[in-house]
Amino acid sequence: MGNTAGDKTNRDPEYPDPQPNTRRRFLDYLLGTSALATFGAIVYPIFRFMSPPQVIESTESSVIAAKLSEIPINSGKIFKFGNKPGILVRTATGEFKAFSAVCTHLECIVQYRPDTKQIWCACHNGQYNLSGKNIGGPPPRPLEEFKVNTRGDDVVVTKA
Amino acid sequence: MRIEAIRAWLDERLSISTLAALASKKEVPVHRHSIWYYFGGMTLFLFAVQVVTGILLLLYYRPSSETAFESVQFIITEVKFGWLIRSIHSWSANLMIATLFIHMFSVFFLRAYYPPREITWLSGVFLLFVAICFGFSGYLLPWNKLAFFATKVGTEIAGVVPIVGRPMLRFLRGGDDVTGATLTRFFGFHVAVLPAMATALITVHVLLVQLHGMSVPPKLIGQPVKKMKFVPNFLLRDLIGWILAIGVLAALAALFPWELGEKADAFAPAPAGIKPEWYFLFMFQTLKYIPAKIWKIDGDVIGILAFGFVAMLLFLVPFIDRSPENRRRRLIFNVCGVLALLYIVGMTIFGYVT
Amino acid sequence: MRPMKIGGPADQTDRCTLATAAAQFSLCGLCGSLCLCGGIAQENIHHRGTEIAQRSTERFSERTRRFVKQPAAIVPALATRRTFTFALRAMIVLTLFTLASAQKKSSCIECHSKLQDARLSAPAKLFDNDIHHARGLSCNDCHGGDPTADTKEGAKDPRKGFLGKPKTLDIPAYCGKCHSDANLMKRFNPSLRVDQEREYYTSVHGQKLKSGETRAATCISCHSVHGIRAVKDPLSSVYPSNVAETCSKCHANADYMRGFPIPNNQYALYKTSVHAKALYEKQDLSAPTCNDCHGNHGATPPGIASVANVCGTCHGRQAELFQVSPHKAAFDQRQFGECIKCHSNHAINKPTDEMIGAGQKSVCITCHTPGDKGYVAGDQMRTRIDELLASIARSTDILNSAERAGMEVSRPKFEMKEAMDALTHARVLIHTSSIAEVDKVAAPGLAASARGYQAGLDALAERSFRRKGLAVSLVFILFLAVLVYLKVRQIESRQAAAE
Repeated sequence: MGNTAGDKTNRDPEYPDPQPNTRRRFLDYLLGTSALATFGAIVYPIFRFMSPPQVIESTESSVIAAKLSEIPINSGKIFKFGNKPGILVRTATGEFKAFSAVCTHLECIVQYRPDTKQIWCACHNGQYNLSGKNIGGPPPRPLEEFKVNTRGDDVVVTKA
Repeated sequence: MRIEAIRAWLDERLSISTLAALASKKEVPVHRHSIWYYFGGMTLFLFAVQVVTGILLLLYYRPSSETAFESVQFIITEVKFGWLIRSIHSWSANLMIATLFIHMFSVFFLRAYYPPREITWLSGVFLLFVAICFGFSGYLLPWNKLAFFATKVGTEIAGVVPIVGRPMLRFLRGGDDVTGATLTRFFGFHVAVLPAMATALITVHVLLVQLHGMSVPPKLIGQPVKKMKFVPNFLLRDLIGWILAIGVLAALAALFPWELGEKADAFAPAPAGIKPEWYFLFMFQTLKYIPAKIWKIDGDVIGILAFGFVAMLLFLVPFIDRSPENRRRRLIFNVCGVLALLYIVGMTIFGYVT
Repeated sequence: MRPMKIGGPADQTDRCTLATAAAQFSLCGLCGSLCLCGGIAQENIHHRGTEIAQRSTERFSERTRRFVKQPAAIVPALATRRTFTFALRAMIVLTLFTLASAQKKSSCIECHSKLQDARLSAPAKLFDNDIHHARGLSCNDCHGGDPTADTKEGAKDPRKGFLGKPKTLDIPAYCGKCHSDANLMKRFNPSLRVDQEREYYTSVHGQKLKSGETRAATCISCHSVHGIRAVKDPLSSVYPSNVAETCSKCHANADYMRGFPIPNNQYALYKTSVHAKALYEKQDLSAPTCNDCHGNHGATPPGIASVANVCGTCHGRQAELFQVSPHKAAFDQRQFGECIKCHSNHAINKPTDEMIGAGQKSVCITCHTPGDKGYVAGDQMRTRIDELLASIARSTDILNSAERAGMEVSRPKFEMKEAMDALTHARVLIHTSSIAEVDKVAAPGLAASARGYQAGLDALAERSFRRKGLAVSLVFILFLAVLVYLKVRQIESRQAAAE
């Protein structure tokens, strides 16, 4: 029951430290690495999150419908606009026009006819002029028109 | 050696050693009800999770009616781990409010609001309302059908309050209807106004807790109670809880990802069976079952005023039950508290079942 | 001046009493106005008027005469200077009245609407809804006669142009009096055609009528008579959704059609068709009814070799493809009626994939035998379409299950539209009878569907990656929690030991 001077822990030398140094150090080591690993597992997704993804921005109000070089005069192209299809038309005069490609009759996808220079729906022979107005066949309403701008080689379509 | 030098340099300027000394003095009572002490810290931790995930979401979210939905869709499909951050944010919001309620009720039943802790209680009640506002404003931000109608109904109910109701509704909605203006406004509340208020209130709340120390249940007042050091004992235990909370959040995000639904359409009819989030459900259910008219006054108005009255009572709790001596008052309070708890839980379950 | 007493309580036995009395006044007025115009001796007029009046009052019964104090007898007595002044004043008033009411007065309607016999009163009653009435025309504009006359003889005077009821064989000409006159019609509706009568005689109905068959349909058989409504009036018998019923009145009546070599079940068959469903259930007025394929006035079934042209007015794509397919020449040669050989003419049902190929319900095998070129082509096309359909089904399934599992797959789902469009296209292209043409759209469709399937697989893979990731992280997290707990225990036991 002696008390070694300087030993602040009041320990009885007959009853040694219940946890020897090695075990304590092992626990500390495990704790340290495990904490680090978990911290890494938390920080890793955060850093990946912060780095910009492949597709730079959410495509809702504007989308790059096509490249200028790949749309010849007097032709049309279907592109994705948000969740719906759109049609980009380069008229015979070189002007760009874009509309919703969903036919207002029964929602088939319309196409551009270079021969009639009109937008045509193959399902029931619906016709729209280049202002999107329904001019023939069963469609009851015009096609929604979008705004088109060119930025360098990109043709950008935005909601009107 | 270098670490020592840095520590000494910082200590000279920031008095870190004083703070460390204070921290090492803090003790936590150990008794039958000690478990409840963890819930305050848990709420704070979940709030921190919200702040971090919220800031991350801010990197990609766009707060306008044309772009909000698509930006959230973008986050959960294109952004790496976007699904994880978003689901954690949504789930943690709910967990935080749950722990907040548990914390509040435990403080209530353990009488931790007795003097000198009245202001702590008041700041806590304010924080409750701030948290609920966080939930309400955040819910609208994905701009999906469910959120749109929940907001419509919620602001409609706010408009029912006599005299101030209509101006309040217009203030909340940014107009007469729920529109993109509402979204912008709610976004402003959610990321600037409410965080500022929360920061201030949390600072006050936590500082006061340190100032007054941890309370003990009334039975143990004046009696010798075993104590545990805050640093490192209680804090490490807190840490276990927080680590487990991270696990729970990860599991919820991966196994029960938060839905996005369909984009809001102002002109479409309300989807059948819409319900607000669970923490509003008991109020929603109550309003549903109040008769349309009571003594010529609209049932809705009575309901809202009743809730307002209860909210006011909540503030006044430490001023009504002031001392541990009054055993009868304590008993009444206990009964009221239990009834309130049962009512909330019951109505919430009822709301889900029907 | 003795007032002329005419009238008294209206006599029930002769409804013309009041009319006659009024007619007398207006006759006087008419005579008077002729007088004012000058030229005819008033004595003569009075005598003439007397004669007419006398003739009509002679028909009165004895009882009537007692009530009506024989105004005819008064007239000759009034041929004095005094009565002349009165008559002149009366005439001026009555003339103005007559002139004012000359437009609206129609004795035909007034008289006929009161007749007991329903057959005779119907025209007058129906005429209110007639479009001719709305345009300001009246009975005399078709039937001639004098609507201002107050006697039957006067109104129906052949000298006034009264034509009476036309004979069935003359009806087209009767209506054509106006409807074939461009100058006249443009006063009422310049966009109306004026060749209906001519077209009619090219039709089967017109041909039959010309050869004396009175059962043949004429203008009034379809347009009805006296209550004719405009074509765009939904209550008109020739409004698109009413046309088939109108035609069926004769064509579905086996007794009526006895002796004609055509079947009577067209209407019944038509009602089972998709066209009828579109017209009657979906209210789509652009859906065809009898006249859209057979023509209106020139109604004739289209020639065997021109069926595709008729169907092609709406089904342009299919007709276009058919015209360049080997079937066109083969069908025309064998008088098969092009489209209707496979799709039937009246009972046109929604086409299904089962119609092509080698299966039991296929229409190909009605002509083709196993092994011949057509059989092989049909079989191949069907196989390709089935392949595409199955692929789309698989892809949609996997995308749906990914969505149910909580993954966000709206974009791949959207891109599946491409595959579904390809399927629609392929189904149309079978009209070319060429597997090469069908492949042109089916191949990209299969590719799109495969992409969708891959996206579904990727989504499910991502989901299981997330779950695996979760499991791994949970292991780490729990491990860490346990370690912290052990640390706490360690610290506390050290603290306890230190005390």
